[in-house]
Amino acid sequence: MELHEHDRIIINQLQGGFPLCADPWHELENTLNIPAEEIISRIERMKTEGYLSRFGPMYHAEKMGGGLTLAAMKVDKSRYDEVTDIVNSFSEVAHNYEREHELNMWFVIATESPEQVQQVISEIEKKTDIRVYNMPKKQEFFLNLKFEV
Amino acid sequence: MSQQKETYKLDDIDRKVISATQAGLPLTLHPYHDVAEQIGLKVEEVIARLQNMTDQGIIRRTGVVPNHYKLGFKSNGMSVWNVPDDKIKALGKKVGSLEFVSHCYQRPRFLPEWPYNLFAMVHGTSHEEVNEKVKKISELLAADDEGHQILFSSRILKKTGLRI
Repeated sequence: MELHEHDRIIINQLQGGFPLCADPWHELENTLNIPAEEIISRIERMKTEGYLSRFGPMYHAEKMGGGLTLAAMKVDKSRYDEVTDIVNSFSEVAHNYEREHELNMWFVIATESPEQVQQVISEIEKKTDIRVYNMPKKQEFFLNLKFEV
Repeated sequence: MSQQKETYKLDDIDRKVISATQAGLPLTLHPYHDVAEQIGLKVEEVIARLQNMTDQGIIRRTGVVPNHYKLGFKSNGMSVWNVPDDKIKALGKKVGSLEFVSHCYQRPRFLPEWPYNLFAMVHGTSHEEVNEKVKKISELLAADDEGHQILFSSRILKKTGLRI
């Protein structure tokens, strides 16, 4: 891991609060004490190298009126690749993780409207012949905004 | 879901701004100007829309999103807990405020096979570190920990941004 001290400052201090004004970098220059061009090129490099997955606004799917859920399946090892392809083929499936458990496939479904979540689940069940456990959040306690490096 | 009742109605201009920014802001000297130009709006309008959506909670935050895995946090454990329903609010807040928990949610149980109603995502540099952190959660919950498991991720099968 090759991170410069300025990279760490950017990661630690810019996970939120990017200024909403005509000249945001100028404002940041003063708070981070790093020249604007340098901040820009560091973010660009960290994005290219994968240290940052994105830069910009993070939207809240449900508040935009969309549907969002976490779903899980028990997939037989012999069918794992085939089922992965089927599940991933849905554009509504945003993230998909293999996890070490009998429920070994966990994915997030994000749709334009809440009703579509059930449609996607039914289609996945039909195409794979495997039950999908639908685990939408009932309550959010905390979303930690800050991750320190 | 408690948060859905406050759904704010997006109009066409909001949607334009969202489609132009949901993959990210351009890394240019004047990112909002460039977004404005791209969608044919005034920069003041773009900034006002983004500000309003931030105030409404539609935008959670604006900035850099670190990739835990690449930054050395190779182990990602989804810890799942069976806690009493009538105490879940207080317990969820306690667990969620731990600095090493990135997300904390109540989710439905599937009895009898899946008794877990509280999910807390824990990141660490190794499985051992995640195990240690989960132990701390267990100590915090004490008698209210009626069973838990850690589901480590072994592979990322798909990862994309959310689309609307």
